Amino acid sequence: MKKVIMGNHAVSWGVRLARAEVIAAYPITPQTQIVEELAEMCAAGSLKARFIKVESEHSAMAACIGAAAAGARAFTATSAQGLALMHEMLHWAAGGRLPVVMADVNRAMAPGWTVWTDQNDSLSQRDTGWIQLYCESNQEVLDTTIQAFKLAEAVDLPVMIVLDAFFLSHTYEPVDIPDAADVDAFLPPRKARYKLDTKEPHSFGALAPPSVYMEMRLRQQEAMAEALKAARAIDEEWGQRFGRRYGLLERYRAEDAELLLVTSGTVTSTARYVVDQLRAKGEKVGLVKARMFRPFPTEDWRAALAGVPQVAVLDRNISPGHSGIFAEEIRAALYDLPENQRPAIHGYIVGLGGRDVRPETIIDCIDRTRAAAGARKGTEREDVWVGVKS
Amino acid sequence: MSQTVIKNQVPDQELMSSGHVACPGCGGSLAMRMVLKELGPKTVIALPACCWTIVAGPYPQSALGVPVYHTAFETAAATASGIRAALDMQGDTDTTVMAWAGDGGTFDIGLQALSGAAERNENILYVCYDNEAYMNTGVQRSSSTPWGAWTTTTPAGTPKSHPKKDILSIMAAHRLPYAATSTIAHPLDLLAKVKRAKETYGTRFLHILAPCPPGWKTPDEQTIDLARQAVNTRVFPLLEIEDGTRWRFTIDHPHEPVADYVRRQGRFRHLTEEQIAHIQVEVDERWKMLEGRVRGQG
Repeated sequence: MKKVIMGNHAVSWGVRLARAEVIAAYPITPQTQIVEELAEMCAAGSLKARFIKVESEHSAMAACIGAAAAGARAFTATSAQGLALMHEMLHWAAGGRLPVVMADVNRAMAPGWTVWTDQNDSLSQRDTGWIQLYCESNQEVLDTTIQAFKLAEAVDLPVMIVLDAFFLSHTYEPVDIPDAADVDAFLPPRKARYKLDTKEPHSFGALAPPSVYMEMRLRQQEAMAEALKAARAIDEEWGQRFGRRYGLLERYRAEDAELLLVTSGTVTSTARYVVDQLRAKGEKVGLVKARMFRPFPTEDWRAALAGVPQVAVLDRNISPGHSGIFAEEIRAALYDLPENQRPAIHGYIVGLGGRDVRPETIIDCIDRTRAAAGARKGTEREDVWVGVKS
Repeated sequence: MSQTVIKNQVPDQELMSSGHVACPGCGGSLAMRMVLKELGPKTVIALPACCWTIVAGPYPQSALGVPVYHTAFETAAATASGIRAALDMQGDTDTTVMAWAGDGGTFDIGLQALSGAAERNENILYVCYDNEAYMNTGVQRSSSTPWGAWTTTTPAGTPKSHPKKDILSIMAAHRLPYAATSTIAHPLDLLAKVKRAKETYGTRFLHILAPCPPGWKTPDEQTIDLARQAVNTRVFPLLEIEDGTRWRFTIDHPHEPVADYVRRQGRFRHLTEEQIAHIQVEVDERWKMLEGRVRGQG
């Protein structure tokens, strides 16, 4: 069934088709429509779930944790300040190995007050142990939401689906909504490996002295490695069943490219347009879209970028005092490539707080990269801010 | 009442085993033992940071014969809400989901989540075992600490200068179906209230006074007697409240002077006669307020 829906409702539809059993959420712009739609679905009976209207995001995640620990498929959604408030419980869900799924609508962090998009909210949660998947289109949002539940339950780790505020959350696009029966075949009901069970009582999350704690974190790290494989297999199965594949990252017109853009989220769609324009003029410019951020698909990045002379990473985020976060991660991933294979990585900070990233912004990044290419060698350490007022 | 009579009325089942790591004379561990005797094995516990985080035993041990989910300090009621929702979705509506928190996790950091759950009338039993300070971290004042008490953050020179927060009135204001107070010195009263709570649908709140020898600076063997005296002096009256409006005393309270209760505890050692007289005035005033509520005039 094709429907024209907004990005937020693509999440809601994904959650409905995944048959989430417990939803706990608190309103925050620009996420709110996700849970409003879910509340409607619960009220109409098209989704049979308990919806807990909690009094904060912190409690939303705590309730999802309790529900997941008791064996349920649990979901929440948030943005920015709400995600930051959840921070403690993000560690709890991941460390407790609970397959909670959450949508984060990327919104810049205050102050000053903002509701517009950038990625600092989700990327600030990098080290909490959540799998993170960044989406470009409403179709990808819906497909990724369903994939997320399967992935989370395959490796007992929580998954965050990330979409841009407004550019995706509030933008209507045609979306192919799969049949419920086909999704059921792809994603059967959750069977928890471990859960709160009065017939077999166990204690979860008890005091872990130095003699046991480290192995718990090692198991978590191993599960992250497993998640790379599982995500690939799940995306492939999705492709076979529904005809759409996304990969952990996507190469777009990257063959024989002398300059590759690296993007994530909706900037990717604009970058595709720019690449098409430049290719039409015979310029060897391509694109790599980042989809999975954690676990970081290091080998995929090395394969995608090795031997390409110039790489321009567009970061809609900033790690203050260091650099754009995708650029930083990619630099680290490529560091030990042989020198003749290692690209020069040019980092660009763009579009913070919802500022437009237009085709000309991207062309500006490309021009700067070409200008710097002759002058500099190796991995550039200093990111350039593009689109700022002088 | 003779000890034999009490023994005959206390369920035999033990869901708390020896080998737990509570301090000698711990009121909080007696509270858990009694509550679980009444609730039975079809109970799931959401356990936030509190003394019981430690008392239950380190991984992979557990002193409790029911499933326990250890959760973050401020999340007992929210985590319990999630567990309840999951069990309901699985068709299990008769397992009791109990949030078990100390006074810090209830009066202070967990109050928002508790208020949210109570307002939603989540079908959970919330038990606060109250030892009147952050005992697990080494005796820091909480908003449950009584006026005049020493703690490590309210040293004897500047003891706590605010009265204990009236958590019972706060919970009653949520119009929750059942709220009650009890102590570890009143096993039959406590068991009856747990039974009543177990059989009630919605958010149920039990506030159990649980003296703490290291925190109160009292001898280990006096824990139960202190809890009894807290009731007999009307410092901690035994009550139950239906729907937040119908208040009832569950025993006849003697009116013993507070001075002896206060003098027995090292945490009050620095208080002058005038200060103890002030405590008596506060206790008597609160009692009058409670009497008014019990008469329906509060």
